[in-house]
Amino acid sequence: MSYPGNMPSSAIISVKNISKIYRVTDVETLALKNVSFQVNRGEFIAIMGPSGSGKSTLMHILGALDIPSSGQYLLDGMDVSKLSDDQLADIRNQKIGFIFQAFNLLPRTSALKNVCLPMAYAGISKAQRLSSAIELLTRVGLSDRMYHTSNQLSGGQQQRVAIARSLSLNPTIILADEPTGNIATAQAEEIMAIFQKLNSEGHTVIMITHEQDIADHARRILFIRDGKLESDHPVSKRRFSKLKV
Amino acid sequence: MMNLLEIIEESFGTLTLNKTRTGLAILGIVIGIGSVIALMSLGQASQKSITERIESLGSNMLTIMPGSMTQGVVRGEAGGRTTLTLDDAKAIASSDQITTIKSVSPEVSSRRQVTTASSNTNTTIQGVVPQYTSVHKVEIASGNFVTQRDVDSMTKVAVLGPTTVTDLFGENAEAVGKTIRISGQVYTVIGVTAAKGGTGFNNADDAVYVPISTAQKLLLGQNYVNSIALEAQSADMMVEAQDQVGYFLLSRHKLSDPSQADFSIMSQQDMINTISSATQTFTTLLSGIAAISLLVGGIGIMNIMLVTVTERTREIGLRKALGARKKTIVTQFLTESVILTFTGGVVGIVFGVATSFVISKVTSSGFVISISSIFLAFIVSAAIGILFGWYPAKRASDLEPIVALRYE
Repeated sequence: MSYPGNMPSSAIISVKNISKIYRVTDVETLALKNVSFQVNRGEFIAIMGPSGSGKSTLMHILGALDIPSSGQYLLDGMDVSKLSDDQLADIRNQKIGFIFQAFNLLPRTSALKNVCLPMAYAGISKAQRLSSAIELLTRVGLSDRMYHTSNQLSGGQQQRVAIARSLSLNPTIILADEPTGNIATAQAEEIMAIFQKLNSEGHTVIMITHEQDIADHARRILFIRDGKLESDHPVSKRRFSKLKV
Repeated sequence: MMNLLEIIEESFGTLTLNKTRTGLAILGIVIGIGSVIALMSLGQASQKSITERIESLGSNMLTIMPGSMTQGVVRGEAGGRTTLTLDDAKAIASSDQITTIKSVSPEVSSRRQVTTASSNTNTTIQGVVPQYTSVHKVEIASGNFVTQRDVDSMTKVAVLGPTTVTDLFGENAEAVGKTIRISGQVYTVIGVTAAKGGTGFNNADDAVYVPISTAQKLLLGQNYVNSIALEAQSADMMVEAQDQVGYFLLSRHKLSDPSQADFSIMSQQDMINTISSATQTFTTLLSGIAAISLLVGGIGIMNIMLVTVTERTREIGLRKALGARKKTIVTQFLTESVILTFTGGVVGIVFGVATSFVISKVTSSGFVISISSIFLAFIVSAAIGILFGWYPAKRASDLEPIVALRYE
């Protein structure tokens, strides 16, 4: 186990005064207002907030799915707000591992092929892709489910496939949007166990959630309300998943 | 960027997920390509049979027609055109300047009622010289053909085509030695030609051949000829022969400028070309109609691809989130539509070839499949995939990843 406090401070994410304005037929909505924070390598962060608070917008910007209206977002030292569509696609591919609330696996496609997809876009050879995918699925405990298609897997299993997929290109950050929102509590515990294990192995995890007991698995919580960063504090009583993974 | 082979492999997988829809989309292209192939090959088959029929009339043949050069072959009949005479034919045959011509056959023709005691028919009366058989490749089945003596002494003899024999005397009847009446005059049948197997247009089997002198003086009352057929020494002398005879006749008719020529010389090839251009037009027209069904098939593909893009909006969003570039998404959807149309093209070719084969069997006409039309069908079907797949693919690639991910 390594703790970020003991590691040399190295900000891999630096958000400075970012705002996001949505314009829908002359009506302007300010989804984010001057949000600033930094994330260091090896952190495990939960972003919390009520619905409509702007946490999804923040997640989209952090995931290079969207760009801020103003302010600066540095990912690994690169200014993401000034990149082209193709460059953003490459950033998402190489630097970010996405995990979605609805799992978003390719329908009627095997777990193995799903894990291979980002590697295919990265131009990795088929043989290498398969061996990495097998290794990753084994890591998330699905070595016996590799050829099952997504609809043959339970919610928790699908989310584990998604986690394996997010890890496939060894991303700078793992970005999870309500990862336990669609799965049963027992399985949610499993997912948290995996996240904590990944974090202990050095992966940086950013997780969006509105459930306090899920957020308590992280080391630090950012609380967003009405588009503003309301609080940013370490988790006082951290929960540790009792499950072995 | 994924390589194309992998995208193709993945597209096959996607397309087999919804077999009914894929099959129906392909069907439109199958019908389109199939009917184009079938109609093109039918057109080519009919052209080939027409060409063969013309060639059977004599392959080294040139025909001098009176009147100026016109595009159509059948400016012919030339009732009012009187610029060619028997003397022209004799001069060509005896000239030292003309070295490329083997035989000369001046001809007159007209349709007349021919009768026997029990039967009658309306057929072509051909006024001929003995060289006719050589120029037109006519064989004699029984008796003799018209001789030079018949021509010189204007005898009233006739040689019948086999169809005319059947019409006048009945099937397999012996005609030689019998008499027939043409416009009331009595002619003795001296021979029957062998069947050449023509029908309709210019049928050599349905004709009555009489000496040209007899035809001119006793039947038609004209001293000009309707045409002069020439047999060149060989097929590769045709152009030279055309020139030699052309200039010879110009000077004989005291004309200096070829554009003022009062005759035209057509080779067998010219006739084939003219008739070919007619069948070509017909074939093009039919293929054009078939091409419209291909267009409809293409629109069907576009429709299916648009539905697919809408259905797979979330998938597209996911792919973009995982790092697919615009170009990759465009390629993926274009590949799918090209696979659809290309498969349709291949099946359509098989379908079209089979159809034209069956039709050729049923109508016992020729069966022609040109490699070029098959090759063209391949190209066209792939091009339709690209053309009609482009817009749906572009729509897919332009989807914003966030919007696409949220799409329900």
